[in-house]
Amino acid sequence: MATALPPYVGPLGKAWHYGFRFICALIFLFLILPILVIIPLSFNAEPYFTFSEGMLAFEPEAYSTRWYKDIIDNEQWLFSIKNSFIVAFFATFLATGLGTLAALGLSRSHLPGRSAIMGILISPMIVPLIISAAGMYFFYSGVCIPPEWSFGMLEEKACLTQSFPGVILAHAALGTPFVVITVTATLVGFDHSLTRASASLGATPTTTFFKIIVPLILPGVISGGLFAFITSFDEVVVVLFISGFEQRTVPRQMWAGIREQISPTILAVATMLILFSVALMTVLELLRRRNDRLRGVQET
Amino acid sequence: MKTIIKYTGAAVVALSAAVYAAGPAAAADALTIVSWGGAYTKSQVEAYHKPFTAKTGTPINSEDYNGGLAQVRAQVEAGNVTWNLVDVELSDAIRGCDEGILEPIDHSILPAAPDGTPATEDFIENTLTECAVGEIVWSTVFAFDASKYPDAKPTAIGDLFDTAKFPGKRGLRKSPKVNLEWALMADGVPLEQVYEVLGTPEGVDRAFAKLDTIKDDVIWWEAGAQPPQMLADGEVSIASAYNGRLFNAIFTEKKPFEIIWDGQVWDLDLWVIPKGAKNMEATLDFVKFSTDTQRLADQSKWISYGPVRKSSFPLVAEDMQPHMPTAPDNFKTALQNDYEFWADHTDELNERFAAWLAK
Amino acid sequence: MAQVEASGPMLDAAGVPLKASLARAERRNRLKALGLVFPLLAFILITFVYPIALMVFRGVDNPTVSTILPKTAEILRAWDGNGLPGDEAFVSLAGEFAFASKERTLGKVATRLNYELAGSRSLVTKSGRKLKKLEAPTKEDLVEIDKRWSQPETWSVLKRLAEPYTFAYYLAAIDKTYDVDGTVVDQPESRQIYVALFMRTLWVSLLITGLCVLLAYPIAYLMAILPTKTSNLLMIMVLLPFWTSLLVRTSSWIVLLQTEGVLNDILVWTGIIGEDGRIQMIYNMTGTVVAMVHILLPFMVLPLFSVMKTISPTYMRAAKSLGATPARAFWTVYFPQTVPGIGAGSILVFILAIGYYITPALVGGRTGQLISNFIAYHMQQSLNWGLAAALGGILLAGVLALYWIYNRLVGIDNMKLG
Repeated sequence: MATALPPYVGPLGKAWHYGFRFICALIFLFLILPILVIIPLSFNAEPYFTFSEGMLAFEPEAYSTRWYKDIIDNEQWLFSIKNSFIVAFFATFLATGLGTLAALGLSRSHLPGRSAIMGILISPMIVPLIISAAGMYFFYSGVCIPPEWSFGMLEEKACLTQSFPGVILAHAALGTPFVVITVTATLVGFDHSLTRASASLGATPTTTFFKIIVPLILPGVISGGLFAFITSFDEVVVVLFISGFEQRTVPRQMWAGIREQISPTILAVATMLILFSVALMTVLELLRRRNDRLRGVQET
Repeated sequence: MKTIIKYTGAAVVALSAAVYAAGPAAAADALTIVSWGGAYTKSQVEAYHKPFTAKTGTPINSEDYNGGLAQVRAQVEAGNVTWNLVDVELSDAIRGCDEGILEPIDHSILPAAPDGTPATEDFIENTLTECAVGEIVWSTVFAFDASKYPDAKPTAIGDLFDTAKFPGKRGLRKSPKVNLEWALMADGVPLEQVYEVLGTPEGVDRAFAKLDTIKDDVIWWEAGAQPPQMLADGEVSIASAYNGRLFNAIFTEKKPFEIIWDGQVWDLDLWVIPKGAKNMEATLDFVKFSTDTQRLADQSKWISYGPVRKSSFPLVAEDMQPHMPTAPDNFKTALQNDYEFWADHTDELNERFAAWLAK
Repeated sequence: MAQVEASGPMLDAAGVPLKASLARAERRNRLKALGLVFPLLAFILITFVYPIALMVFRGVDNPTVSTILPKTAEILRAWDGNGLPGDEAFVSLAGEFAFASKERTLGKVATRLNYELAGSRSLVTKSGRKLKKLEAPTKEDLVEIDKRWSQPETWSVLKRLAEPYTFAYYLAAIDKTYDVDGTVVDQPESRQIYVALFMRTLWVSLLITGLCVLLAYPIAYLMAILPTKTSNLLMIMVLLPFWTSLLVRTSSWIVLLQTEGVLNDILVWTGIIGEDGRIQMIYNMTGTVVAMVHILLPFMVLPLFSVMKTISPTYMRAAKSLGATPARAFWTVYFPQTVPGIGAGSILVFILAIGYYITPALVGGRTGQLISNFIAYHMQQSLNWGLAAALGGILLAGVLALYWIYNRLVGIDNMKLG
């Protein structure tokens, strides 16, 4: 915030200049404080959610890692962390694959009914989650595999509700809009003469795809994938409706914790999730820079 | 670029394989047993689940809920029952049986008392019904944070509604059950006439009118673990709670809470099996095991709820006796939850209560 | 033109007319594009659009009585609805009640009837239980079991339930119901909540949107005028909350706002309020609004910032050099150019706000509940799925209308993420 004021600015202008910056600082504080405040509190030695006197005096014994140990010792948390990764991994995989293909199709000018199709593909992001969850709940409990169709793998019929495939399909659907949007965005400036040039130089369509298109859209694909991953990793409404005990994810576990017995363990998990989002954000930023650089090259 | 793709591909394959291998063990024979969470579920895990798994090798998934038949009904109606056994209140056990969403349980399979008394005579009244087998007697009471009231302390049910004399937020269960009874008691209805009055439209209006007087001072809770936590956090000063949770907060966690037994509303918890539940045989084995004389008595080591078998009474530790809802000192002004009233009126009063809350 | 016609159509290398060849190439490209889009489109249609359509349909679907009591339903549909139906309706109902009671399917009828006629669950289960024991139940038996069977009201409700489709749920969702004659009337006063709730949801969403504009505008402006290096740093403060789990952010508001929480502690410590004067900031509407503004603010900052970034500072300089005061220059030159950003951000925030469920459920207490929470309540607690579907259908219609406007104004392609 250190832009120097020009010398001709009067006292009113100065007051405005600093006043404005002060207001902005308060708004930024509002944005960031809730996230930062959790981190020290998760090291509270006491089971309370407020800074003890010892913490404010920076006494080492007022801090402890007991809540982190709680997570490691608690089977439920470990189980839900594992589930979250399983679900998010497969949902991302599915969403990224389908979303990238669709974005390639959407970026061609020949697609009939493009805006209607786009509207449908983006809708999972817009429709209130409670409605999506309710719809999926009714639909998924009706989609079942009877045992006689399962080549002897099932003893009883298996339905999509309360199953991993069900949660994964639901999360994939919720994640695809992000992939479609990010990949389409990287294709907006895509120069189709590059593919023609490649073809005229004798490359097969496959070679063109991997040598020309993939490197260009890869940043978009990865950042879309990250969005899809975080969508699934953070999603709780659909999980509340369609998952069972075996598919309990981290947000589901946190939801129960916040509603029933908010313990500092929740804050420890929250801190870990914050670090996780910082990591994802960094990756995304690096990708954005790479993308800008590649496009820079292309424009010259 | 090819290498990236190659590595990504390899990583995908490796991860998928790892996920498949490490995925939750598809324990087809595990039982999913649903109860009220927190200290109560812990007492069941210690007294029933652990010894049962040790004896039979059947793993048990313990899931939490906040009472009511909604989830059971949803599972039965959607044709996808994943719960094996549920811990419910008596009125819900009766209602669920009437609605056909619970499996009937044959009482003759239950083990006799050690002295040979058959189970049907050993269980106290109302604890064996067509679809349910009883476990414990529990009670809804209210408690206050003693540090908030250094001078005069609340003593009777009327004090819960007296925010002038005892200021501070109230924590109440987000359900018409017990709250309506208390409202009438506080409004001067004698204990034995509470359900009679509540059975009339005017009585219901009267109860809601009384609740109106504290509506803005109430924070509503849903899970049994919440009220002790709300008291501990200072979010409320007086809260209704299940007596066993308070016992744990006061004696295990040394919280400065005091229980008021005046106007306690006692009820039963029973095991029920949702219609169409899988793994019936193992479930019934568990029901037999968990409701035998010794196991019911064992549970009272962990939480202050009374067993429902007469033969279990003498086995309850002496220092636990005064904390039971049925202890003579506590039982003077106790009201039994009228299961017939609630079996018939739960839906309409729930709806009225939800609308009242939303206003 | 004439020349081309004279020398015949232009041909490509293979001797096919160029027009046809181009058209074929065009068609091939179109198919290719469709082929690429098809898998996702099919996936979304099957796993997302169809389930939601199915759910909305539940709001008018009314199968219970016509499948469990088929004969009675048929008789009632033929009945004119005046007074009481003929004896055959009573006999058929008694017989089918007894059968359904044995089959344990009567519970569904009881539940369904109870939505329309409060207190009728016990009427149905009781009648079923007693009829089961009778050999050939008659009209008199039925009336003897409960006198409500001799009241026209009971039968008029049953007749409505006998229809395979109903508007009753949608009417209930706007606080209306049918009376005995089948005319639409207001619900009794104590049951009128949904219109007020929809209004509350709209009002709160508008408030949140307004607050988001108010808070986002200054910081987006600051970031737009600062050099890129500094603004990138500030951007992290916007993006970090954006990327942080919703539940993490909600729980941190609980920690900050609760009675013994950080904010109240600071206020007590600084002496602004006394130990007894701790403010209730959570488990009410304040909690919902504060937490939701925090969660949705990045959705406003990002579009505003990207619009402001494109506004050249020379416009403002030109206005000032022409003699405008800074305030006037801002208001007449700068602000109008940011309106598209405000519009895009506002619609997005508003759409997200009116469907919010998690945050109000966790920090809203009694007064901070929105329409989504009631959809969840009817889905999971009261199990009145028809009403949940009707409430959801109305909410969905509103959201889709806004979505359509957003798409027209902003274009869904221009949505910025991160």
